[in-house]
Amino acid sequence: MKMVVAIIKPFKLDEVREALSAIGVQGITVTEVKGFGRQKGHTELYRGAEYVVDFLPKIKLEAAIKSDLLDQVLEAIEKAANTGKIGDGKIFVSDLEQVIRIRTGESGPDAL
Amino acid sequence: MKKLFVFFSLLAALCGMSATAYAGDAVALAETVSAAVAPVPNKGDTTWMLLSTLLVILMIVPGLSLFYGGLVRAKNMLSVLSQVFAIFALVSILWVVYGYTLAFGDGGALNWMIGDLSKLFLAGVTPDSTAATFTDGVVIPELSFVAFQLTFAAITTALIIGGFAERIKFSALLVFSALWFTFSYLPIAHMVWATGGYLFEKGALDFAGGTVVHINAGIAALVGAIVIGKRIGYGKEPMAPHNLPMTMIGASLLWVGWFGFNAGSNLEATGGAALALLNTIVATGAAALSWMFAEWLLRGKPSMLGIASGAIAGLVAVTPAAGLVGPMGAIILGAIAGPVCLWAVSGLKKTLGYDDSLDVFGIHAVGGIIGAIGTGIFVSPALGGVGVDGYTMGGQVMTQATGVLVTVVWSGVVSFVLFKLLDVTMGLRVSEEAEREGLDTAIHGERAYNL
Repeated sequence: MKMVVAIIKPFKLDEVREALSAIGVQGITVTEVKGFGRQKGHTELYRGAEYVVDFLPKIKLEAAIKSDLLDQVLEAIEKAANTGKIGDGKIFVSDLEQVIRIRTGESGPDAL
Repeated sequence: MKKLFVFFSLLAALCGMSATAYAGDAVALAETVSAAVAPVPNKGDTTWMLLSTLLVILMIVPGLSLFYGGLVRAKNMLSVLSQVFAIFALVSILWVVYGYTLAFGDGGALNWMIGDLSKLFLAGVTPDSTAATFTDGVVIPELSFVAFQLTFAAITTALIIGGFAERIKFSALLVFSALWFTFSYLPIAHMVWATGGYLFEKGALDFAGGTVVHINAGIAALVGAIVIGKRIGYGKEPMAPHNLPMTMIGASLLWVGWFGFNAGSNLEATGGAALALLNTIVATGAAALSWMFAEWLLRGKPSMLGIASGAIAGLVAVTPAAGLVGPMGAIILGAIAGPVCLWAVSGLKKTLGYDDSLDVFGIHAVGGIIGAIGTGIFVSPALGGVGVDGYTMGGQVMTQATGVLVTVVWSGVVSFVLFKLLDVTMGLRVSEEAEREGLDTAIHGERAYNL
């Protein structure tokens, strides 16, 4: 099993969700986050006061998947979240040791 | 009986017109009669004064509150709303108890500076008593004048809180407001607007309160900002406005209410009020545009806050001039006020290093000074103004400058003494912990947004 964490542009969320549903991903978790990468922040001016905004709003998306689905998932996110401009985000993949469905007590790939 | 008397005198006047031989006598009789009958308020004027009073209240309780409220951080939103609301309530009581009589009474030997206590608790002011207007023989109900002037006292005192928002102790603010209203607002209002007042007799022009309201409050706010000190983290942590749409709503309510403020100051529903109303539109438009373009040019982007701030600067600048200058003069006043106030809230503020949280000094005092001096120039009939007796531009500008100087010094000294006094007695500032937490929960025990 794999844990896929993707940081994407907020307005790309719907497209990514649709692409993941299409290849059979059963569920994802989404969080509104802020961060910085290579994309620069911007300055805001309020009358005389200037504020540099370093942290930009992004969406963090987490999906726990079966290992054989990994390539398809990565391709789906990459395609759907791509704008070709700086700040499109990143995808992190890690091994997932265990999954348990709380309602039934099922565990492992059956719980996904 | 009175009506009957008037009827006969009119009849006599008419007879006089037809029978030329007796014309002189009849007209003389009619004049004697009209002089003997006390003038009665006109219903149109009365309506206009009541409506104008409501408009100025609209400026304060929702208008100024939201304008200021949107500019602070979310954790201090309710503190600002509470401060404006409470000050309005407080000053309205003080005004009818002793404010009105001290501002507009005849102070005898001290009349150059302050009134008397003859109308303490509004003694003798009834629905039948009248107040004079700018036209001989035209009066309005005195109670409508009392109410209208009440709103001016209230907004002036409430304006000051912008200077030290986000760190003032609420209890100290209430005490300060009562004392400042007494020792700065009342004397300045008397000196500028009451018969026998020092600046009134000098011929200083202040149609709707450029000196009394805006310079007076702006200086008090600056002194307060300096005595209380900067907010924790000022210049290091971001302190961006938490809700600019609120500020936009507040600015809009201020603009609408300002028609009552400026055109209502004409005291009669006449062409003079229409002039003041039109000037209050065009000066504001010019200042909103001039601030916007200046910001666009210098900073690269035209901001909503810039447009709204420019509008307020224009409103302030046209306040002393409203019924005295022509519309073209008003446009020029507004066009000057925009960029100069922009400089005051950015360049000047940075250079001098004070933390006037919501730019009361930069917009109200600076805009007020532009308006006060500008009134002396654009009142000139040659420049489309209505003119005043014995007008010379140099002379009038000097008189206007005297008005500015007296107000700056008076308000500055009174404010400094009061702030210092309160600082050593009850303390002006909340604890560091309360300031970091935010005044809403620390002082008022509630939160603006429970999302």
